Amino acid sequence: MTLLQRPLLVLLLLVTHHLLQCWIAFGSVDEEGQKQEEFNEELLLKPLPDRKVLAHFHFQSSAPPSTSNGRHHHLFPKAISQLVQKFRVKEMELSFTQGRWNYERWGGFDPIASSNAKPPGVELWAVFDVPQHQVDASWKNLTHALSGLFCASINFLESTSTYSAPEWSFPPSSGNLRYGTLPREAVCTENLTPWLKLLPCRDKAGLAVLLDRPSIYRGFYHSQRLHLTSTGSGSKGTDSGIILNQALTVVLQPIQPNGLRASMDHASEKHIQPSWSLSSIFGKQVRGRCVLAKSSKVYLQLDRGLVAELKRIHKENEKSVANGLTSENFWSYPSFELSANPDRIVIEENSLHSKSSSILYNFQVEKYSESEPLDLGLTWKIPVVWLCQSAPLHSSRFLMGSGNERGAIAISLKSTQLREGFMGAFADNERCELRVDVFQVVPWYVKVYFHSLQVFIDQQPKAVSDVIEKIHVSPSKDKVSPGMMEMVLKLPCRVKSAALTIEFDKGFLHIDEYPPDANQGFDIPSAIISFPNFHASMFFLEDGSVNKSPLLSKFQEKSPVMSYTEVLLVPLTTPDFSMPYNVITITCTVFALYFGSLLNVLRRRIAEEERFLKDKATKKTGQLPLLLSKLSAKLRGRPWEPPHSPPSTSFFISSKLVFKVILVAGLAVGWQYYFS
Amino acid sequence: MQKMGKQKNKTASFSFWNWVIASIIFRLILIYFPKNLNLASRPEVSTPLTSFRRLAEGYWLKQLSMSPYAGSMYHGSPLLLSLLGPLTVKRIEGQPNHLLYSLVSVIADVVSAILIRATGKNLRLAYLRSLESLDIVQQTKASGEFFKILSPGDAAALIYLWNPFTIVACVGLSTSPIENMAVILCLYGACSRLVPLAAFGWVIATHLSLYPAILIIPVIFLLGCGPDAPPRKLFLQKNNKEEVLSKSKLRLGFSWRPITHFAFWALLWSAYVLVLCGISLKQFGGLWEMFKSTYGFILTVEDLSPNIGVLWYFFAEVFDFFRNFFLIVFHVNILFMIMPLAIRLHHRPCFLAFVYIAIFSMLKSYPSVGDSALYLGLLGWFVNELADIQFSFFLFCGYVGVSLLSPVMHTLWIWRGTGNANFYFATAMVYACLQIILVVEGVSAMLNHDRKLRNLATSKPQDAKS
Repeated sequence: MTLLQRPLLVLLLLVTHHLLQCWIAFGSVDEEGQKQEEFNEELLLKPLPDRKVLAHFHFQSSAPPSTSNGRHHHLFPKAISQLVQKFRVKEMELSFTQGRWNYERWGGFDPIASSNAKPPGVELWAVFDVPQHQVDASWKNLTHALSGLFCASINFLESTSTYSAPEWSFPPSSGNLRYGTLPREAVCTENLTPWLKLLPCRDKAGLAVLLDRPSIYRGFYHSQRLHLTSTGSGSKGTDSGIILNQALTVVLQPIQPNGLRASMDHASEKHIQPSWSLSSIFGKQVRGRCVLAKSSKVYLQLDRGLVAELKRIHKENEKSVANGLTSENFWSYPSFELSANPDRIVIEENSLHSKSSSILYNFQVEKYSESEPLDLGLTWKIPVVWLCQSAPLHSSRFLMGSGNERGAIAISLKSTQLREGFMGAFADNERCELRVDVFQVVPWYVKVYFHSLQVFIDQQPKAVSDVIEKIHVSPSKDKVSPGMMEMVLKLPCRVKSAALTIEFDKGFLHIDEYPPDANQGFDIPSAIISFPNFHASMFFLEDGSVNKSPLLSKFQEKSPVMSYTEVLLVPLTTPDFSMPYNVITITCTVFALYFGSLLNVLRRRIAEEERFLKDKATKKTGQLPLLLSKLSAKLRGRPWEPPHSPPSTSFFISSKLVFKVILVAGLAVGWQYYFS
Repeated sequence: MQKMGKQKNKTASFSFWNWVIASIIFRLILIYFPKNLNLASRPEVSTPLTSFRRLAEGYWLKQLSMSPYAGSMYHGSPLLLSLLGPLTVKRIEGQPNHLLYSLVSVIADVVSAILIRATGKNLRLAYLRSLESLDIVQQTKASGEFFKILSPGDAAALIYLWNPFTIVACVGLSTSPIENMAVILCLYGACSRLVPLAAFGWVIATHLSLYPAILIIPVIFLLGCGPDAPPRKLFLQKNNKEEVLSKSKLRLGFSWRPITHFAFWALLWSAYVLVLCGISLKQFGGLWEMFKSTYGFILTVEDLSPNIGVLWYFFAEVFDFFRNFFLIVFHVNILFMIMPLAIRLHHRPCFLAFVYIAIFSMLKSYPSVGDSALYLGLLGWFVNELADIQFSFFLFCGYVGVSLLSPVMHTLWIWRGTGNANFYFATAMVYACLQIILVVEGVSAMLNHDRKLRNLATSKPQDAKS
């Protein structure tokens, strides 16, 4: 009996606890009659063309502007709100990324690729709501605070040589923006745990349960992002409303069960996409929503290319089989099978650029529970091959030259085949131009010669002024600030390839400035290539559910297509680290040689020395009395005559002694007087 | 050096111009080589101060209406930027990229050589005059072959023109030919008593590279008591009677008039230069920024890229808390030797200038071969006096060896990655030692020469008797 009773009791406790929490969460807000703090969790799953699966977790917490008891929050993480209030952050984005987003295969045009693909390491940018001269101070404090909050070395972004202030090329362009990256920062669980702590249910309930560390860090790409916007608060006394978006994007390789693989013949196995389910890629299942979340949804997205391909297959089959299914009803179509029935299907409005639109299957997590967990799976039945839509130009960056003295950075832009389709409408136009923004930061030890900028279009060198419409450069200052280059390129629409090259000299650092493994080289952070004429956004039919979903409304935002280039590794020359003492002593020896020998040459009077030696040989008198007598003779202005008698010598000795004593005493008295 | 001297025994003037033309043609041939033989990026030729690419970068920034000193690329004068900047971008179709700029360097070299020659002639006249007044001309001719008086002007000019260092600096598009020309202009003006010209040269040279400021001491001596002569004491010792002095036409006193003139003109020129700089930097940081990124950059050795000096490696390795101390020590090392040298060599201001130039081109923060070219050229002025310098063969071999080994070590370290910074630093060390030996032995030879003259002059009566 007792054995049965105990779980019941725990359940009861849990339920009451949850109820209590809900009551606390909503009760106080209702009193004020204001908008309440909200938390939404969503997960988007998407099969990728190269047999991988993308999982995009999106958690949104929002705190509305409040007039009183601003320090108290129900759902919203207190650490973040304090951060925003203390440093007056208007907008901020922090991302930790491992791996590189494969723009060719995983797409570069959709909102996920454009705004969630991030450069490796840490990237931080922030816009401050403070006067211009306080921005740098705020930035420094913010980096330290974030460093402590996320257990990462973000505090290295504090030094002026690591961050820059882009003026207009970085998308949220504003005067008070600061941008910094740490390409070599390793990202691991110690960064994920504090990130999860910001969620009201942590990873104990809801969708975050899926974030099983071994499985997500096994992925090909892993990026955790924290983006916050504070809606300005004009008057004093009111705290600003904050919207915190936390997104985690992983690209995982589904593990195929061995049995399934064996059953298939090898020819079709090559093309057929792997089947997967939540439990097979994460090792966990969704056992209900986080009770504090307002909504908890899982989406499965089939992107435009895949939908078009499926439609084509479908049509072919229709011709042969002629069954009466509507062409939109894919999920029942036998090309793939879903393990759970979607609650609704959201279809993208046919966008301007592409022929087909993507489809989202929506699953409400509320319906699932501990006993009946959601284990969404996708099983392919027929082989399907498709391509993700990529950005108008595929960008890559590489280094040229050899040796450790100088080199050149080249950014190459190659047109993607997909562009032909959606550029078709404009391509007939003579004056058709493709605008490309380039934003690049180089550390100071890569000394860029901006005058050596060269532009090649279709392998033909072009005059810089013809292609570059606008350029803004802030050259690097040694050990103070990095070099920054912002450019707007106008390329003809029919361009096949374009390349920018810029030469640089490699700097030489002080031995203390080299990192521990100096011979590994130094990183040049990714350049950002953006296409302001193209917007990576999806439009959905105006439907109540779309507006409620933060993820989908995020997708609807108009943002330019952006891509990050590779991080470059520049090897720099190293001095000999073991030699400081040797170098100091040898150099000082040479200086001493110079000083001593030159002074010696200047001092010598050979003829007088010879005479002096002769004198010395004849009379064995001491040297000093001779000099002294010479000195006294000079002082008296009489021609010097060598001393001749022994008694006078003794007199000189005694006088010398007296003189010495007086000198020393005088010095001592002077010293004492001066320093007391 | 001796070879050059030999050539000029007989057909001096004619062959001199032939050699000058040959040197110009040689330079032009080198300029027409593709990419200037990559000399423009050699660390021996282009230091952060004299580099052509940095000049072009400064000009580019200025064209974009940014301060040329934004970033730490350009550290030269704003005047150079206005004068030479346009030449960095002007191209003539079918000609090498920087032909116009190279032509300016070639012209600067030739002008320097002509000025050196004129100064050398001046020095030779002064030397002969002083020998005459000491009545030892016959004796010196009789006493030894080495007192046969060569034309030091021609020797110096040809050494300057044909020195590989000068040629490399000229073809390598560095700005050192122009800096050298300013220094030579100053010395020429002082030697031929053209006070405004001397002041102009001194102001420009100081403005371009700071270190020539210490040349004010030899210039004052030159203006005050004329070009090089044996010590004044010798004349007094030899001719105690007044009439000999008046006969000898040598001004033994120190005249203050030219000095005040010089001070006036120097003030005028420096005000002029500052006003010009101020105008060209008006919309940017102004003069303070210019001083900070030219003189400040020179004095605080910020750039640690390798060059033929020793300071780059020293400051790359030295502990940070000693950095300021050693900066002071190294710069004071130059200043410390000013007084002793001035006291001992005040009667030979041109030689004093040579020693000063040699010292600061050895100890300066960013030395290049262009600086060495200058003092090696000036060495030609003193072929007669320094004829019995010690270790001359060793020094010659040393210079040749270092200039061959240093690029090899640099390639091994930077390009091949097989060598080590220490190898390159070792050649820099050897080079510094060679220059030290040259300076020390030069000074000692000059003092010995004076001593010899004195012995000849004082022992003459006895000789006549015997």
